[in-house]
Amino acid sequence: MHIPDNFLDLKTVAVTTALAAGAVGLALRQTRSELPPARVPLLGLSAAFVFVAQMLNFPVLAGTSGHLAGGVLVASLLGPAAAVVVMTCVLIVQCFLFSDGGLTTLGANILNLGVLGAVGGWLAAQAVACMAGGLSGRVAGVAFGGWLSMVLAATACALELAWSRTVSLSLVLPAMVGIHAVIGLAEGLISALVFAAVARLRPDWIEAGSAASSRSVEWWPWALILCCGLAILAAPWASTLPDGLDKVAEEFGFAEKARACIPAPLADYTMPGIGVETVAVAGAGLTGLVAVLALSLVLGRLLTRPSSGAIQSPEEPARSS
Amino acid sequence: MRPMLFSAHVHVLRTSGVHRWPAGVKLAGAVFILLGTTMQRDLSPAWFTSVWAMLAWVWWRSRLPVLFVLQRLLWLSPLIGGVAVAAALRPTDGPSWQELMIKSGTSLCTIILLAHTTAFGEVLRVLRRLRVPMLLVTTLALMHRYLFVLLEEALRMQRARAARMFGTDRSRVWLLQASVAGRLFVRAGERSSRIYRAMLARGGP
Repeated sequence: MHIPDNFLDLKTVAVTTALAAGAVGLALRQTRSELPPARVPLLGLSAAFVFVAQMLNFPVLAGTSGHLAGGVLVASLLGPAAAVVVMTCVLIVQCFLFSDGGLTTLGANILNLGVLGAVGGWLAAQAVACMAGGLSGRVAGVAFGGWLSMVLAATACALELAWSRTVSLSLVLPAMVGIHAVIGLAEGLISALVFAAVARLRPDWIEAGSAASSRSVEWWPWALILCCGLAILAAPWASTLPDGLDKVAEEFGFAEKARACIPAPLADYTMPGIGVETVAVAGAGLTGLVAVLALSLVLGRLLTRPSSGAIQSPEEPARSS
Repeated sequence: MRPMLFSAHVHVLRTSGVHRWPAGVKLAGAVFILLGTTMQRDLSPAWFTSVWAMLAWVWWRSRLPVLFVLQRLLWLSPLIGGVAVAAALRPTDGPSWQELMIKSGTSLCTIILLAHTTAFGEVLRVLRRLRVPMLLVTTLALMHRYLFVLLEEALRMQRARAARMFGTDRSRVWLLQASVAGRLFVRAGERSSRIYRAMLARGGP
């Protein structure tokens, strides 16, 4: 799924490179602050492991074989930030040493496989592990996360190709997602088998990984990056057709009576002052997402203030009136 | 794992004039060609003739075997072929399938020449000069150092397993391969601890 050079136009290259740079910067910061110095060599060795593991062939049918991608497996073993660093290194080496994947599309490949795929799959794996519990839940999570990582990466890849007008979305999205939904089954199964093998050999590593992953501080920046990435890539495909009320208003001839009392800053879901329509729509999508997040944070802060009375902390007993 | 497959990926670096060029110059030249090709709105004969003449001259000076370059092109082109077919079947208002093929072929040749005439250690030095974060460069250096060590280890483990379990049931192959991968990860982890102790012994962090 490595996108070669010239499949993406300049705007897609710029947007995906910026997103990937942000995510890798966050991953490096988080890794530096959380990974003990003794574990730093493990990052390089894990990257080498992923590369070698990708060369182990798993026979499928009629002479065909599958192989591991490894993003969710590494995220489950070392944490999401380390996985992003590891997958970035693997993709850089694949590009520079084996000319697999383009140089101008390196950002897009890191975003698809190293960030959206690995982190999205890891988040799903954590959710499944929370639901099912125990080692079997973690193995099930890795299997599901592995499958989802392929589907997410393929979806992002298809959106980028269509955004660059290389192929039409109606053709590339079903093709990419359909094929990778099948390939993802193998990825999920292989990841789960390898995870179970590591759990059998070194259960202490799995426990340490589980403890590190359960820290809530690791979750939210990655969930936010995942949402931002998908919002930016999916925003240009927002429907331009009128919604139900607009359609009725147009049919009965009262659409022109609609008048905004207060001019909206992002009217018609486009960012003012940006000439390129797709970038303007993507910018509006991102601004909307950030605005909703900011509002949610403010609301959360307001509702949990001791004086608001909405939620009282357990340490503070209710005062009788 | 098939060693033949891996040997198709790697070409032993020879020394030629091109190999000795500074990595920064080669990298800058490649980025210029790749971005320039991406920015071409159509198949401008002036651009593509000069780029192809340049690539042919670099290839001739690099003394890379023709068969090797063709193998790499064939190995890496299925996705290009697939997307070109999709673009031909349902054209968009974007680039035509001919344009896609020519542009991608040009970029692929550029990347193949860059990758096989530049030692990865040189690329790391350029990254350091560009002030890429140290953690990323260290991880890349360690990965490059131990990539072939782990590959050799994986091959050894597979040979040992094949010698012990001839005629294995096909359905068990997946379990065995997964067990090899799992053991490889554990060995990589244990090796990383030894590396850290060696770093400390040499006055490292």
